[in-house]
Amino acid sequence: MNETILRRMKDLPSTHLLGTGTPMCAGCGGLEALHEIYDVLGSNTVFVNAAGCMTLLSVYPFTPFRGSWLYTAMASAPAGAQGVRDALDILKQQGRISEKEDLQVVTLTGDGSAYGMGLSATSGTIERNLDYLYICYDNEGYGNTGQQYSGATPHGAQTATSQGRTGFPGYKKDLFAIWVAHQPAYVATVIGAEPLDLARKIEKAKTIKGPRFILALAPCPTGWDYDPKDTVEIGKLAVKTGVWPLKEYVDGQVVHTKIPREREPVESYLKLQGRFRHLFEPVRNDRLIADIQTRIDHYWQSVSEA
Amino acid sequence: MNRKLITGNGAAAWGARLAMVDYIPAFPITPQTEIIETLANWIDRGEMQGKLVTLESEHSMITAAGAAASSGVRVFSATSSQGLLYGMEMLYNVAGWRVPMVLVNVSRGLAAPITLEPDHNDVMAARDSGFLQIHCATCQEVLDSVLLAHRLSEHEDVRLPVLVNQDGFYLSFTREPVDIPNPTAAKQFVGSYEEENLAFRASTPLSHAVAVLGGGPYSYFRYEIHLAAQQALTVYDELANEFRDFFGRHYPQIEAYRCDDADYVFVMIGSFATKAKEAVDRLREGGWNVGLMRPRLLRPFPRDNFVSLLQGKQAVAVIDQNLSMGMGGILHTELASALYGKPDMPAVLASFIGGLGGRDITTQEFFEMVTVLRKAVASGETPPPRLLFTHNEFREVEKLQAIAHVEREELGQH
Repeated sequence: MNETILRRMKDLPSTHLLGTGTPMCAGCGGLEALHEIYDVLGSNTVFVNAAGCMTLLSVYPFTPFRGSWLYTAMASAPAGAQGVRDALDILKQQGRISEKEDLQVVTLTGDGSAYGMGLSATSGTIERNLDYLYICYDNEGYGNTGQQYSGATPHGAQTATSQGRTGFPGYKKDLFAIWVAHQPAYVATVIGAEPLDLARKIEKAKTIKGPRFILALAPCPTGWDYDPKDTVEIGKLAVKTGVWPLKEYVDGQVVHTKIPREREPVESYLKLQGRFRHLFEPVRNDRLIADIQTRIDHYWQSVSEA
Repeated sequence: MNRKLITGNGAAAWGARLAMVDYIPAFPITPQTEIIETLANWIDRGEMQGKLVTLESEHSMITAAGAAASSGVRVFSATSSQGLLYGMEMLYNVAGWRVPMVLVNVSRGLAAPITLEPDHNDVMAARDSGFLQIHCATCQEVLDSVLLAHRLSEHEDVRLPVLVNQDGFYLSFTREPVDIPNPTAAKQFVGSYEEENLAFRASTPLSHAVAVLGGGPYSYFRYEIHLAAQQALTVYDELANEFRDFFGRHYPQIEAYRCDDADYVFVMIGSFATKAKEAVDRLREGGWNVGLMRPRLLRPFPRDNFVSLLQGKQAVAVIDQNLSMGMGGILHTELASALYGKPDMPAVLASFIGGLGGRDITTQEFFEMVTVLRKAVASGETPPPRLLFTHNEFREVEKLQAIAHVEREELGQH
């Protein structure tokens, strides 16, 4: 693997490729990540999209993309990527298009599709060793329909369908591990609030062939119930508290790219979000807060022992 | 001339091979599987160009098919029954993408109860998707229709996906003598794939299948699909004539068999219409003026053609190998809508449901149907729809039920 050319923030691209004026919410953490990803990926891309918030990026007759875009359906964006990639390969092989006309095929979906409905299609592309990049903006619920819980919702979070005093009873599905179990070419977690770490991973993913996955935690002002100005702060706290481990899987190894040595208590992350307010008001739920903290501590303990 | 004894599935595969398809997304399902197996073997042995990829579902298969067609390659695929329904969401999408491709459906009854044998509820479920539909009655017709379908699909006035339908078992696994067109002539007829303005390229970025806001733009694009489908009628006629010039076989929108002087007409689609043909010959021997009309095109619906062919006829028996629960036969409803209010149309348009799940329709039943028509003409009243089922069949079901009861009693589970 080549050493990165992105050593500090000022090395990041200064030209921004994704257009403005989209109907995404103010403070959308998914859009923040997509901006940063697109700048590094470049415009020789075709995004294959599944039903979700970002389906509204391209609304006739406008698009914020300088490259190409294809909307498919909620369950099958990875299969759409398969069709586009195979067609471009056939055209190149037959000499009907030149190498210069080729495109990077990028699937873009939310967590509803990535963790649930589209998982079978995703698994299929990895077993077929499809050469594509899959980006999931994970706002931990079915955000576009008003934040009902999904397979990506964290334990205890209140959503439109988990309004009880203890919130969502399940636990966030480990999609990173599900991808890694398939032994794909590359898997990484990123967050828009850590742009240098994100850019290095995209830079690396660009040079690798095969199925590659970028899982971006996407702080969501409307779904998580916080002030849009706090998106970056919440993103940074997700890393500092250890809620969102930044890591990558490459050459058969999982490596953590940013280990929070002195982890802040998870409370500081939870307190900023309305979806966790019931843990603190009207009475503090010490047991549930401790449960969330313990799971984070166990995770990092297993990392240090590995 | 290269004449081979092949199955309907083999004929479909030959159609795809002669159409020089570039890409075949696939998924196995009975009774279609032989099509993709045949193509996979040809490609593996180097007898055929093209790439075949097995997806993990029909939903993904049709997505990949449409996405590849959107990228500028010629696409063929095949499915059946539950598979067609599993991919249904994407049929609507791919038609809306306005991309050409050919999908062969090998008809099979839908669960529940699950069965392998044919009827047309699967393909009828795709009726409103925007895929055009060509229905075949012989193995030869399957091969020829795949070639025609690629031309129709790619025509600049159409640009819609086309579904070619054949019946499971009765065609898919039945060997018939089939003339395999000369590859050079086939190549000349089908032509090379022109992606026109639709393809993803680095130098020409394209946002495709984007969202619309509001009913105005939505209606505009939906109407466009409908109008393109209607234009396919004229285009189809031109192509059918061109096909006859190339290969000597002609496939009109509706096959009319012994209809010129007929008073009574059977209307059916698919391979079971060959049973009706046999019945027509026998009835003619008995002095009945009867004929058969077999629409090959179901989408676009050959409305004008039906009106002109049925002018002056006394009575029609529409035999539907499908059942819309709570309403009846779908083809019957469609034909009634096409004929209503036109001058000099048959006074009697009777509906019969038969051939569900591969159930036979016997010559005796065709005799019964024309008798019903004659009585209806005399009384001036169209009879209610009839579900074909014989006393013997009912007895057989009762026997199965009796066995089930005995088995349960022997196990002591009352």
